[in-house]
Amino acid sequence: MNAPTNFDKANPILGTLREKLVVIGNGMAGCRAVEEILARDPDRYSITIFGAEPRVNYNRIMLSPVLAGEKSFDEIVLNTAEWYADNGIELVAGDPVDHIDRERSVVVARSGRVEPYDKLLIATGSEPFVIPVPGRDLPGVVTFRDLDDVEKMLAAADGGGNAVVIGGGLLGLEAAHGLSLRGMSATVVHLMPTLMERQLDEAAGWLLKTELERRGQTILTGADTEEILERDGHVCGVRLRDGREIPADIVVMAVGIRPSTRLAKTAGLECERGILVDDHMVTSDPAILAVGECVEHRGQCYGLVAPLWEMCRALADHLTGQPSGYTGSVTSTKLKVSGIDVFSAGDFIGGDDHEDIVMRDAARGVYKRVILKDNRIVGAVLYGDTADGSWYFDLLKKQEDVSGIRDGLIFGQAFAMGEGAFADPNAAVAALSDDAEICGCNGVSKGKVVATIEAGAHSLDAVRSQCKASASCGSCTHLVESLLALTLGDGVEVGAKTLCKCTSFTHDDVRRLILDKELKAIPQVMQELHWTTPDGCASCRPALNYYLLCAWPGEYEDDQKSRFVNERLHANIQKDGTYSVVPRMWGGITNPAELRAIADVVEKYNAPMVKVTGGQRIDIFGIRKEDLPAVWADLNAAGMVSGHAYGKALRTVKTCVGSEWCRFGTQDSTGLGVKIERMTWGSWMPHKFKIAVSGCPRNCAEATIKDFGVVCVDSGYELHVGGNGGMKVRATDPLCKVATEEEALEHCAAFIQLYREDAHYLERTAPWIERKGIEWVRAQLFDDPQAVKRLAARFRYSQKFMQDDPWARRAAGERRDLHSHLATVRPATEYA
Amino acid sequence: MMQAKWLDIGPVTQIEPGMAATLPVIGGEEIAVFHTMRGEFYALVNKCPHKQGPLSQGIVHGDSVTCPLHNWKISLRSGQALGDDVGCVPTIPVKVDAGRIYLLREAVVPPPPAQQARAA
Repeated sequence: MNAPTNFDKANPILGTLREKLVVIGNGMAGCRAVEEILARDPDRYSITIFGAEPRVNYNRIMLSPVLAGEKSFDEIVLNTAEWYADNGIELVAGDPVDHIDRERSVVVARSGRVEPYDKLLIATGSEPFVIPVPGRDLPGVVTFRDLDDVEKMLAAADGGGNAVVIGGGLLGLEAAHGLSLRGMSATVVHLMPTLMERQLDEAAGWLLKTELERRGQTILTGADTEEILERDGHVCGVRLRDGREIPADIVVMAVGIRPSTRLAKTAGLECERGILVDDHMVTSDPAILAVGECVEHRGQCYGLVAPLWEMCRALADHLTGQPSGYTGSVTSTKLKVSGIDVFSAGDFIGGDDHEDIVMRDAARGVYKRVILKDNRIVGAVLYGDTADGSWYFDLLKKQEDVSGIRDGLIFGQAFAMGEGAFADPNAAVAALSDDAEICGCNGVSKGKVVATIEAGAHSLDAVRSQCKASASCGSCTHLVESLLALTLGDGVEVGAKTLCKCTSFTHDDVRRLILDKELKAIPQVMQELHWTTPDGCASCRPALNYYLLCAWPGEYEDDQKSRFVNERLHANIQKDGTYSVVPRMWGGITNPAELRAIADVVEKYNAPMVKVTGGQRIDIFGIRKEDLPAVWADLNAAGMVSGHAYGKALRTVKTCVGSEWCRFGTQDSTGLGVKIERMTWGSWMPHKFKIAVSGCPRNCAEATIKDFGVVCVDSGYELHVGGNGGMKVRATDPLCKVATEEEALEHCAAFIQLYREDAHYLERTAPWIERKGIEWVRAQLFDDPQAVKRLAARFRYSQKFMQDDPWARRAAGERRDLHSHLATVRPATEYA
Repeated sequence: MMQAKWLDIGPVTQIEPGMAATLPVIGGEEIAVFHTMRGEFYALVNKCPHKQGPLSQGIVHGDSVTCPLHNWKISLRSGQALGDDVGCVPTIPVKVDAGRIYLLREAVVPPPPAQQARAA
């Protein structure tokens, strides 16, 4: 029926002829929609609201403060019983709608009650996603969606004990915070490696994790729940896929929400992830509308409150005959955990044509990142200092051109919009007084920095080495750069090459600071050293992985995703995407069993080529990544391990036959070669590392073009370093001569460790020695009589963790995901 | 037979963030599915526009991947080569729903040979 509104208004007595609007859902969306309609035309509809919960409408997003004890339920009520009465709205609370009958235009409640409608509004919101693990239905497993859930959590918290929250998103962290304030010991189990990965990038996620841990919560990332455990009919813990078990008196499932579409689907309305609506929130049935978290609009589903207000406006405009249209929302998020400031808005993923402006202040624990596209802000992530969040969000929503304030943008509104001079960072620094402190770590004033520059330090590096300003944490680097520019103009010299474009630090700085500041993870290095990109690049990630591995043997966990493919798959990628496999042959010696195993592999996997390498090994070509573990299993069975022919690592020890067979041989060069290879195999290096041992000065093993070479003579062993037979041929520098095999081994270990600890990543020994000078190398090894012993001891300690055949672990099933396909798509027509 | 618009290729957990996995397609191009450190999923034909290197094996950083053969940097969003290099690899639309990864079926499965023949 279509009663004309004006007629209705003119004849109050015909009020019963008002159109009938039925709302399913007494939540924030349903009630807000009704409020918006009433504000536009209070007399147009006769309204009935069905709610599943037996209470009035409350502010669901404030449940976290209720859990944390910062608010009471009464404080979060949005619409009181009087509101329903005053507006003539019939509230059917606690009797949920069972189904919609579109043919008869009625809804049927669980009690059997039938309610006819002219317009129907579905505002069923969303429901918590429960991961399908055994034990999910146990008493003590709750979701975090409504007041009943909060009451269950509060009851559990009364007894103290342990809480496990599955899910490290916004809701999960707020639940863990609340439970921990209520006296429980809270553990967050999060599947992804970064907390709140939908709102935060890795850098901000890492800061958040560190802070929550400092507050006593246990945060397990990359943790996959396998089962919820039971004792005496109640939950008692959670078991992870890696076997770890965590005790729990309550388990909160907060892994996410999904649109509640059951009623709509059953009624035959078009749904994808959510109920499909047009720009006026109308579903595929013109009499039925939908709003809030249950809808999908232009491919988007929303789980936040702000889009809901905008949807309700468009819906009310449409239902009162002044259609405006909803075009989608840009959203922002704030974490409601007291004392932790986190803000995220818009698109923080970035893209080709996007620019990142990053500012990190390690001392204050601040990370700010603003993402620009065409001089307009499209996203922002802030941690530790969110004061400017609303300013950025405002600029984002208004799509304002920020090119005029771009230089000062990241410092916030006060700085960027400040009076005159302060919009230019250089001018701001110029305005500082001479005794203003520039470098807090080393207590260096502006006057001192300027004096140092005037005394001849014309590069950042020179300033750092001469007065130490910005040489420690580096957070004042931009201030020192401004002072260089102000003092010298164009005369600033570009300093040593930085590690990559993501940082202003050199390789040497980074290596030193990793040790000084005890940095032990890649995201930590990036935060503390003010990386300008969120997660680095293909140059710095492998370098940092190596530096950390070298600095903290046995402690640092190798990051596979920062490894070049060859080191990740333990084989050499070839131009056609297949791999070559080189088993280790100690000192270049082999035997019939090994050769048979190699021959069998070649035939079994139909390897198109087998080749003898320059390093006295056998290379099997054309192996597919999925066959690698099986190939390795076969080679392992014959006693062979990885030859590391693919790594920035010890490659081969090449030998000649020496005194055992050769009529010129002076010492057992093969025997020593095998001993050296047994000592050094498996070690990761800045670059590949080759060794050779020749039995006499005829040097058949070509030891004088190797990274470390031994030439045996009657009276002992001549040791040579820094040779290279590759792109740029370089003969070795003689290092020293020793009398015994033991000394030769000790010097080899010491030299390798010096190279490992000092060289830049991807720097072979030849350019390293050219850069440092052979005299420097000799001084490091021989000035202190204990130096060789100490370096060798550090190498041997590190080797304790390295000499573990990676092939054997993979053959046994480790990281099968790296070798297998997700699946194979076979189009149905293949079988037709 | 009616087919869904999206092809379910399994749970999000099968690809660690910062990594990629491969999906061979019989009669079509192998697909590389990427999971970035920031939690986004992308899919590209697994061939660098330069010398057909397997992009799935490259280092993933931000929303790009560096090809393992010659270090070309490819945008995961657009498939375009970045920097001074010129080239483009086809992308496949991806969506994630309730913890599972879906690829747009029509971008994955080539049209049946019979239909191609008829069309020709």
